[in-house]
Order: sequence, then C-alpha cells, then structure tokens
Amino acid sequence: MGRYVVRRLLQMIPVFIGATLLIFLMVNVMGDPIAGLCGERQCDPATAAQLKKEFGLDKPVWQQYLTYMGNVFTGDFGTAFNGQKVTELMSTAFPVTIRLTIVAILFEIVIGITLGVVTGLRRGHPVDTSVLLLTLVVISVPTFVTGLLLQLLLGVEWGWIKPSVSPDANFGELIVPGLVLASVSLAYVTRLTRTSIAENRRSDYVRTAVAKGLPRRRVVVRHLLRNSLIPVITFIGTDIGALMGGAIVTERIFNIHGVGYQLYQGILRQNTQTVVGFVTVLVLVFLVANLLVDLLYAVLDPRIRYA
Amino acid sequence: MPERYESEGAISGAGMGGAMDLAVTEAETLERTPEGPDGSGPAGKPRSLWSDAWRDLRRNPVFIVSALVICFLVVISLWPSLIASGNPLKCDLAKAQEGSQPGHPFGYDGQGCDVYTRTVYGARKSVTVGVCATLGVALLGSVLGGLAGFFGGFWDSLLSRVTDIFFAIPVVLGGLVLLSVVTSNTVWPVIGFMVLLGWPQISRIARGSVITAKQNDYVQAARALGASNSRILLRHIAPNAVAPVIVVATIALGTYIALEATLSYLGVGLKPPTVSWGIDISAASPYIRNAPHMLLWPAGALAITVLAFIMLGDAVRDALDPKLR
Amino acid sequence: MRGATHATWAAGAAAIALAATACGGGGSDNGGGSGDSGAVLSSSWGDPQNPLEPANTNEVQGGKVLDMIFRGLKRYDPKTGAAQDMLAEKIDTSDSTNFTVTVKSGWKFSNGEPVTAQSFVDAWNYGASLKNNQKNAYFFGYIEGYDKVHPDSGKQTADTLSGLKVTGERTFTIKLSQKFSTFPDTLGYPAFAPLPKAFFDNHAAWIKKPVGNGPYQIQSYTKGSKMSLRKWDGYPGDDKAQNGGVDLKVYTDNNTAYTDLMAGNLDLVDDVPAAQLKNVKADLQGRYLNTPAGIIQTLSFPFYDKNWNKSGSQKVRKGLSMAINRKQITDTIFQKTRTPATDWTSPVLGEKGGFQDGLCGDGCEYKPDEAKKLVKEGGGLPGGQVRIGYNADTGSHKEWVDAVCNSINNALDNDKACVGNPVGTFADFRNKITAKKMTGPFRAGWQMDYPLIQNFLQPLYYTNASSNDGHWSNKDFDKLVNQANSETDTAKAISLFQDAEKVVRDNMAAIPLWYQNGSAGWSERLSNVALNPFSVPVYNEIKVG
Repeated sequence: MGRYVVRRLLQMIPVFIGATLLIFLMVNVMGDPIAGLCGERQCDPATAAQLKKEFGLDKPVWQQYLTYMGNVFTGDFGTAFNGQKVTELMSTAFPVTIRLTIVAILFEIVIGITLGVVTGLRRGHPVDTSVLLLTLVVISVPTFVTGLLLQLLLGVEWGWIKPSVSPDANFGELIVPGLVLASVSLAYVTRLTRTSIAENRRSDYVRTAVAKGLPRRRVVVRHLLRNSLIPVITFIGTDIGALMGGAIVTERIFNIHGVGYQLYQGILRQNTQTVVGFVTVLVLVFLVANLLVDLLYAVLDPRIRYA
Repeated sequence: MPERYESEGAISGAGMGGAMDLAVTEAETLERTPEGPDGSGPAGKPRSLWSDAWRDLRRNPVFIVSALVICFLVVISLWPSLIASGNPLKCDLAKAQEGSQPGHPFGYDGQGCDVYTRTVYGARKSVTVGVCATLGVALLGSVLGGLAGFFGGFWDSLLSRVTDIFFAIPVVLGGLVLLSVVTSNTVWPVIGFMVLLGWPQISRIARGSVITAKQNDYVQAARALGASNSRILLRHIAPNAVAPVIVVATIALGTYIALEATLSYLGVGLKPPTVSWGIDISAASPYIRNAPHMLLWPAGALAITVLAFIMLGDAVRDALDPKLR
Repeated sequence: MRGATHATWAAGAAAIALAATACGGGGSDNGGGSGDSGAVLSSSWGDPQNPLEPANTNEVQGGKVLDMIFRGLKRYDPKTGAAQDMLAEKIDTSDSTNFTVTVKSGWKFSNGEPVTAQSFVDAWNYGASLKNNQKNAYFFGYIEGYDKVHPDSGKQTADTLSGLKVTGERTFTIKLSQKFSTFPDTLGYPAFAPLPKAFFDNHAAWIKKPVGNGPYQIQSYTKGSKMSLRKWDGYPGDDKAQNGGVDLKVYTDNNTAYTDLMAGNLDLVDDVPAAQLKNVKADLQGRYLNTPAGIIQTLSFPFYDKNWNKSGSQKVRKGLSMAINRKQITDTIFQKTRTPATDWTSPVLGEKGGFQDGLCGDGCEYKPDEAKKLVKEGGGLPGGQVRIGYNADTGSHKEWVDAVCNSINNALDNDKACVGNPVGTFADFRNKITAKKMTGPFRAGWQMDYPLIQNFLQPLYYTNASSNDGHWSNKDFDKLVNQANSETDTAKAISLFQDAEKVVRDNMAAIPLWYQNGSAGWSERLSNVALNPFSVPVYNEIKVG
C-alpha cells in the first residue's frame, strides 16, 4: 500500500509538470497581453516595454516557465494585472467554487445514485424508461441553455430564488447553480449506477447472498451496492476536477466569483499568471482526487490489494 | 487483476469536460467484457460479435428511430435546399424578433433572418463539426492507444502520462485559451481543438481493449504460429478491440456538437458568416425573455441531434455487450 | 516586512476611524429631500483592469470609483459637461503656456491629510514618471520636461517634471511645452487628481484600499467581487453624498445584472443590455434613463494597407458608409439608445462646444443605390469582401456588426459583401491593431476624456496620435489642429477644429456610426438618478428610500 502510494505520487510529478507546461504554452500562444491594458489606444512604447519587463514577458518562453515554476514552489504565484497577488485571488475564489462543487457532488451522489439504483433494480419498468429518457434529454441540452432557463423561470418569473449569487455565496444560494453544474454528470451517474447494478445483480455473489436467505435490503446495500459503486466512485472522483474547472459557464450565468470566473477573466485579459496559477491548483486537485479514488477501491472491493 | 488496477490508465478515466465522461466510464464496463465468462469464446455456432449485434440492432426501436433521425440530418446537411428554399444569410432587420407567420413557421431572429432556414442550414456545420472531430479523435486516439497497448513498456507509460496531462486540463478552459486567438471563420480550428483535447479519451479506451484482446488465446496461437506483429495487430487484435472505440465515438459525437454550442456561447466557437446552431443559440440566449422562439428552434434541433447520436451509441453498446443481452 | 506593512495599514485605518468619528457628529444634517441619507444602494460594476491609481485607470469601471473618491482641480458638470472649478480657486495664464494654479483652502483627504499644491505636483510627477508604469502618463505629455521623465525609449533622465513648481502651500505653476489654450479644461480628468502622502509612503496598503478626497471613502474592497463605499461625513465640498453609501457589485455579464435588478436584488444598473431594452419600459415603469454621453462609435480603416489607401478608396469608404442604415440599426438593435451619427464628435459638446449636426452630409445617410454606385466607381471592395473587425469578449459588438453587415449586403445586393471578423479577446484585438495587422475596417469606440472637440479629433486623426488606430495621416488636418490649439480665442479655436473635421469628412477617414447614450435602470428605492456625460451615474446625488 505504502509503496503503491509513493509510486503514484512519483508518477504525478511528470504529469504535473507537463500539464502546467501545456497550459503555460497555450496561454502564451494568445500573445502579448499588454496592448489590452491601455483601453482604446496604443500603449506608449516605453510603458509597454517596461510592463513587459516587469511581468517577465520579454524573456523566452522556457525561461518564463522556469522562473514561474521556481516561484510557485516558493508559494509565489505572481501578480495579476490589477496589482493583486494571485494567491489572494485564489483565497477568495476557491472557497466559493469548493462550496459549489460540494453542492454539485451531493446532487450527484444523492439523486444520481438513488435514481440509478431504482432504475437498475427495475430494468424495463416504466420508471426505468422515463428516467433513462430524462437523463438523455439532460445530456443533450447544453448546460448554458439549462442554466439560463432555470435562472429565468426560478429567478425572474416565479421569484423562488435570487437570479444571481451574492459575493458571500453561501450554500443556500448555490443550490440551483450547483444543480445546473451537476446536471450532466448527474445524468451520467444515474446511467452508470443503473448499468452497474443491473450487471452485478446477476453475479454469483448476489445469487449466493439471496440463496442464503439474507433480507433483500441487506443484499442490496451490503453486497450489490458496495460492488456496483466502484465505477460510480471513479466517475465522481475524476469529476471533481472537471467540475471545478468546468464551472466557467455556470459561474458566468449566475455571476459567481469563483475559480471559473477568475479563469475566464484571466483568459480574456491574457493574464498568464492568473490562468496558470489556477490551473496548476486544479491539476493538483485532479491528481489527488484520482489517487484517492484508486485507494477507495481497496476499501470497496476486498479483492483488490495494492502491492 | 493487479495488472488492471496498477495501470491507472484503466481506472482514472474522465476529463473531457462533464460531457465526455459518460463515454469513458460506460465503455469501461464494455471493455471488461471479453475477460468475463461469456467473452472467452462463444460456444456452439461461431457467429461473430458483429452479426450478433446487427441482428440485435435491427430489432431495437431505439436504434431504428435514432438511425432514421441521423439519416435525415445527413441528408439535409448535404442538401439543405431540399426542405428550405430561403437564403440563411438574407436578413431584413425590419422583421427582427418577429414571431411565427405564414411562410416563416419559426419566425425571425434578432437580425431579421428566417429562423427556419437558419435552423435547417445550421445542421451542416454542426454535423460537420461532430463527424470530423469524432473521426479525427477516433483515428488518432485508437492508433496511439492501440500501439501503446500492444507494445507496452516505455511508450505505454509515456502515453499514459501524456493522457493524464490532457485529462487534467478542463476542456472548456482549453477551448477558451486556444480558440480565442483564432480568426479563421472555417470549422477547422474548432475541429482541430476537439481532436487535440479529445484523443486521449479514445486512446485510453483503445489501449485498454487492445491489452485485453492481446491476452486472448487466438492471439497467443497466432503468435506461436509465427505471425508478424503487424499481422497480429491488424488481423487479430484490431477487429476485436474496435467495438468499445466505436461505442465511445458515437456518444462523443453528440457531445462534440453540444460542445461547439458552448464554445459559441463563450464567444470562441464558429464565426459568422458560418451558419450553425451554436452561433444562433448563443445569439438568442440574451433574448430568452422577449423572443424565446429564437432560442427554442436551434436549441431543440441541437438537442434532438445530440440525443440521436447518444441513443445510437447506447443501442450499439447494448448490442455489443453480451452481458446485458 | 509583512508585519511592518500590517502595522502601518492598521495605523492608517485608525486615522480614518478617528477622522470619521470626529466629523460624524454634524454630518447628517445635509441629507434633505425625501431620501434617507444613511441608506446604502447597490450598483452594478465591472472588475477594473488596472490598479486603481488615478493615472493608471483608463476605463469606465475604474473611473466610476475614482469619480466617487476623488475631486480634482476641475470637475465636469454632471449635466452640462462644462469644466468648473472644484479644488481650483483660480488658474491664471497670460500666454496659454504658463499657468498659475491656486488650490482652495480647507480641503483634505479622508485620512485627515490636507490637500496642498504639493499633493497635486507629487501626484502628477508620479503619473508621468516612466518607472511607475502609469497607463495614462501621456496626459502629462504637454507639460515641460515630460520627455525627460518619460522618454519613448531608453532610461528616464529625471524623476520630476521640470514644468511643475510648487510656489506656496496652495499655489503651483505649470509650464507647457507648447501652447494649449484649453489646457485647464482638461484638468477634470481623473489622472490629474491629487494624492495623499499615504499613497507614496505605503503604496501597497493604499492600493488595497485607496484613500482620496471625494465625497465617499472606501470601506472595504474585495477585488473581483465587491467594493463598499461609504459617505465621508467630513467631506468639505458642496456635492456631498445624498445617500449613506454605494456597494459596487461585480457582474461578468450585464444581462445578469439586469436580471438581478428585476428580481429586486440590485438597485442600479448603469448599462442596460441591448437585449433587454425592449422590456425596459414594462419592467421598470419609468425608472429608466437614456441620455447622450460623450461616446461615438466609428469604423476605422487600415490606411497602412494599400488596398484601403489608393485613389478612389475614399469613394469605397463613403459608399460603405451610405450602405449602412443607421436609423434602423439604432432603432432595432439598440432600441434608440444610440443616435445615428452625423458628424465625428458628440452632441454632449453642444453647438457651442463644436458639435455640428449634419456636418457629415449625405455621406452618413442611407442611400443604397448611390452606395452601390460609389463602391463600384471606387474600384469595388478590396478582395471582394469587407471583414469588420471587433473583439468578441466584451460589449456585445457582434449584434451590431452583423446588422451593419446585413445592411451593407442588402444595399450592395451581395450576401457575401460584408462579414464580421471577431477577435477573441480585447487584448488580441488591440495587438492586431497596434501591429498594423488589420485587413479591413474595424470597430473603434471613443469615449471622451474631457468634453472638448479637440479630444474627439486630435487623438484619433492627428498623424501618429495615440488612438489613431487606422494610421490616417493628412497634412491639412494636422495643420488646422495645430492652429486651433494655439488659438487663444475659444470660438475661433472651435471653428478651426470644425474645419479640420471637414477634412476628415472629405476623406471619410472613419465612418461615423452612432453616438452612444448612457442608459441606466434602477429600483423603486432610488430617486434622482442621473448619468454624467461620461455615462457614469452621479452617485452622490442619488437618494435612497
């Protein structure tokens, strides 16, 4: 177990370096950000040259990357164009997005798995067919359309919620945005759980458990669910990273000032420091979540032992 | 078993935005198939997986409906003038936002263009994006993934790390960064971006199924008989490993079409004068209160298309997965 | 180091608190009217792009804050736009080159520091100096010695402007490097605001929470999300805040802000999105305002591209201009929040200030047949197609560019004559312009810095001027502008500027599209809402309750 974790941690290093390099290069392709800072007029050349120097943009890309990564390891994520430390931006943005992600994940777990179990146990039943169809519809409609529709209906027409989220962004306000963010994944979780349950229902250990005369509830929860949840947990685990970074659209619609918002602003202003900084943290979250998921496997499936 | 779980290529599979994850995870169930008790060689009459699947599909109403929808879409993508006589670029601002009226069943959009004509013509670019991106992703992904899975070793580890890198970058974010510098108004930059960020998904699937197929008895037999690597790969492994790729690719096709709309919403998708659903949906989204018809029709067409491809993929998966039969 | 920063910051905060309590006693007797002078309103905002230093802020969102927390020598009347003395007791000159400024007594910053002549000179020297990276440094370019503190290339050889001299507690002199008769009128621009010593002593703390001398002071500032401004009770000016304060909330999308306003979640939206204008009357029942602002939208041309700068090109440009149905677009797309342009300035200048309705003549009228003929005479569209460049990330330009293109296509009877050419980000758009990489006409919006006709012409069309993005160059125009600037008689100067504008017209150096209005919608709680000519809400006059 220990060796396995160490090996996985070592494998993370090249992935981490590669992902940050990739995003660094991508943002660099966008070109010179200075011109955007001077409004509808040309930056005077002297100031532009000096700003470039201060942000280190006058150096070759590889050197910029090395300097940047060197600074990151000392905890310095650089400064945004508006003079704010990127770490400061992170400290305001991440808590919001983490809350949003928690809400989304809760939706996935509670609604997704419940629906999945129900439909998985009743394959072919009308409930199964209608839920299945519903999940397909949710997947087919782009998230921004769903979000705008919900915002209009719940926020404006019926007045059930506030159409946008306040800067505090507490859990109550994040329920609808969280649902929108989770919607597509929610549909997947439902379908995945359903497939997995249906498949395992016919496996030997479930037949044995039933033959032993165990109560149905115990069979479902202890035997069936525990084994069927493995692919679901994989999915949710890897989804954490995707949700946090993919909230760009949801955060835009509901005016949430989280990671997605900062990334969007950072990209529009071609602010390498902000974008790379946030993505670096997201990559870390993604890698750690993946590792945790793999470790959870051992807990869920007694057959798996890590050497 | 340990082999499978140690190479986390097989287990941590997600990342191409929320929309892409279904394909990966559902295919995982599938990719396990040949290992299972039913997969180790059908007893009795040696009927191929494919003819079995085809027999199944022909009787599946879901397959028939979605296939018909897709056929229809392909036809109107090729010849939109069959059902729409107007010119999608001919707009009269005086009629902006007007609702349905005779000869213009879907009404007019914010620029006074006919929504019906634009919805019909929009199919072409959306389907082009979906099909081309899927072909690109499937080709690149299965070649790289297949080779890595077949040869293993250093190249395999390298590829696994590279796919991890791509998975770690949120897809919408990548789209914003890469496409915001593009000025070309063709579909190719959008397709190129989807291939660039989408191939790791397929390569992971392809790799997994090649590894599984490699262990089959007939491959061992072919090797014992002295068949060359290329022969084994092409004649014996590829036909048996391609099923999961097809399934994932079909489902992914729908999600690429939806992704194009999202990119347009963020201002980095296709560009005018291209007519696409994504462009029209994003242009109509601020008008959702005043003139919902502008949003409804292109969004509905998009949803039906995506739905058709996902259902098709679903049906194909069910047909190819003996366990669920 | 960090500890030290915190200590000073805390001391600064304590000083503010003291100042606030000291003056708090008699502060609330000026409320008047029906409003509750203690109530706070919320208003939509965008995240300022640059640090909130006066000489570093060049867009409306940062400008909003500066307008609340700073007062300069001059202030533009919120209604008429005329430059009036604010902190200036008098500004004297005899030769349009040397000016003597006397600062009024009794003014102080909200941290208690008095505003002196030194506060201005220090601030301006800071703004001009190359090492401080101030993006509005060029505003100080008329002052003698600017080329030393801010050379075009190489190191600066001086830290302070030689043209600025403090001559007393409240007096200083300005020497310009050339004649500029209306120079005092430019001093209402925020870049010329005074700065307290705290700005220089502890810059980092100041940036976190700017301190100025305006009617409001900043209570808290969460960057990228919210700024709370509160009435400064000790404010010595006449334009005291009529409300308890303003909470500025950052919105990424102004559609969301408008949605929030309707849901009662926000009090004031100062940029009603075009898509919502159709409903605005029903939604807000009259709580809506649409007034002219000093903004003009034009299409510039890449004159460095020989396709657009050959003989006959001006006919093509004029033809394109006449193919645009301005009235229909402003009525439909903008729901009358834009007015079809008939010259290259803005109605907010007024007739006296140099605005001349109809100066453009038939070149700005929709005449599709003539347009077609002119384009043909001029040799047709370069490459058979015009691609109108704009940035896709902000300001919903796509709608009007598409509409302009449709209008051109219909007029020229060719549905491929014109297409939009969006550029992903504003920065990239500016890069392409700066690098002279535009191949067709492109969007150019100009918001005046100060309400003078000079500001609508010189920065945009003078040879190599800072905002002459098309790099148009014309000797006659330059000569007339030079003459106008050295003219001491205002009326004569304005008429010379108008002559220069006619040169712009005859060459169709840029296609004027429309004058932009400022628009605002507000909640039932508010009254007395107005926008100034810069389309910024006059916050201090708004009454709540």
